[in-house]
Amino acid sequence: MQAENGATDLVRMVNIQKHYGKVESLKNVNLTIGRNEIVGLIGDNGAGKSTLIKVMTGVEAPTAGQLFIKGKEVEAGGHSVRQAQDFRIETVYQDKSLGEKQPLWRNFFVGRPITNRFGFIDVKAEKRIAEQIMKSTIGFRSRGISVDSTVGKLSGGERQGVAIGRAMHFDSDLIILDEPTVALAIKEVRRVLDFIQSIKAGGRSCIYIEHTLANVHEVADRLIVLDRGEIALDTPKSALSLSELTEFLLSLHRVRH
Amino acid sequence: MAMQASHDPSAASLRLSLSRRIFAVEGMAILAVFALLIAIFMVTAPQTFLSYRIYMTFLANVPPPMILALGLTFVVVAGEMDLSFPSIVAFSSYVFAILFKNYELTWLAFAAALMVGVILGFVNGLIVTQLGIPSMITTLATLFLYGGLVVIVSNGLTVAVPSVTDTVIHSVFAGRIGVLPVQALWALAVAVALWFILNRHRFGENVLFIGDNARVAHVVGIRVDREKLKIFTLMGLLSAFAGILLTLETTTYFSSQGMGYLLIVVASVFIGGTSIFGGSGTIVGTVVGALIVAIIEAGLVASGVQGFWTRFLIGVVFLVSVTLNMALEDPDRVPLFKKIRMRLRR
Repeated sequence: MQAENGATDLVRMVNIQKHYGKVESLKNVNLTIGRNEIVGLIGDNGAGKSTLIKVMTGVEAPTAGQLFIKGKEVEAGGHSVRQAQDFRIETVYQDKSLGEKQPLWRNFFVGRPITNRFGFIDVKAEKRIAEQIMKSTIGFRSRGISVDSTVGKLSGGERQGVAIGRAMHFDSDLIILDEPTVALAIKEVRRVLDFIQSIKAGGRSCIYIEHTLANVHEVADRLIVLDRGEIALDTPKSALSLSELTEFLLSLHRVRH
Repeated sequence: MAMQASHDPSAASLRLSLSRRIFAVEGMAILAVFALLIAIFMVTAPQTFLSYRIYMTFLANVPPPMILALGLTFVVVAGEMDLSFPSIVAFSSYVFAILFKNYELTWLAFAAALMVGVILGFVNGLIVTQLGIPSMITTLATLFLYGGLVVIVSNGLTVAVPSVTDTVIHSVFAGRIGVLPVQALWALAVAVALWFILNRHRFGENVLFIGDNARVAHVVGIRVDREKLKIFTLMGLLSAFAGILLTLETTTYFSSQGMGYLLIVVASVFIGGTSIFGGSGTIVGTVVGALIVAIIEAGLVASGVQGFWTRFLIGVVFLVSVTLNMALEDPDRVPLFKKIRMRLRR
């Protein structure tokens, strides 16, 4: 039974725990991420969202529990960023995914450059592909921005677009977005939500971490609420309206106080 | 608006004025400064600067500090610092000189001296990545540690190797082709190789991203610690090479050898335009930066300015160029300029 499920799930976490010294950041988390679904991950600061992502992507090893990626058990600690990339899981961190002083084309391929066998980069090929991604996937046509522009010249929404476009180019099955709309203008938020829709349209899955409930409720297929290191809610979006979701989150606060 | 946006972007770049296109080439601005300095010194010290000899002296003396500055450019681009290179220069110089003097080894002495540089650089990298001490402090400590160690090993004595001039290795690394010092070609070769590594190799790209933002480098899958180890090791190797060139040219080892390079090498990198914040750097700039520092020293003396002014003036040029480079990167990074801009806007 479980093996069958495991083959279709992208990620399955079983009784995952993560402690930092005496602080229990994650207590017994069980969750699965399926194929071609957008999962909204909601929770207060300190609820354990970032830790969950770090464990899932191999930035940090869990203290206890099992992690399955595409049905294969991943050993704790033996799991690196590179390995997560091999599993086609890609994380887009708020402000931590792009090198500001580097040109766009380098940012697309950094960590996975197109090289010859001596390690020298094929700049022409990288620029050509980066340009294609910019035009087709991300839809950049704007004001004198080219693949040679540095990331520092882009708006916040465009940066998220570059990072998401990069993840799609490398055929990620699961793209994790860590608060992609923080500090963005309303128009820019719209673009990011469109990017997220395009992830789903491209047949991939997405974990979307977000504080603004209206945004996450609009695009997610499933909602997961994390509260003090535990999963408080895991439900299809259709089962919960935006106001019910808001009410539920407020009720968590009431319990706490 | 939409019509304008649909213009071919390459057409726009063609319309850029000629001067802007020239200055878009790496290191052009600093090259212009260098040309200006030479022009000035040709006026103030014509008897020196209009003859070829001074330039040949340059090409014999500049290669060691230039190679050091090229290696340091990588370190600085990665957002780190290395102050220990004068001691690595001395250490490798001692190893080369003593092996030649006692055993008449040449190529083996060369290999051993390079190996010493690799080891000392690697140790720097290990301390920075494993003990987590900032590299500025680490290498300040190893500047003393390595420098002290070589004095202990050599008993503080000078090793003279005048007969090294009769060897093949001397003609390969410090000989003359006509009047041209061969070491200049070696410095050029190192510069070309490092340019390709920084701008076209994945190692260079990793260095750029580590210096730009180490956390970004980590999340895109760059093994930051391993790359830093490589950077410090490369710096150690190049320091050793510079030390050997210096020993072959001067045919002597002495324990404070290389100490005089500390300021001028660091100055060369920053005068060249490499960012003090890491994440961007220019090899061409460093080459020209090293030439500028050397020509200021020689030019001032030849122009009749008293010798001890040179250090003062290199310090001034150092400060001015770092400020200007910072302002070029982002004018708001210089608080004074920012304040002035705000005033003007009001």
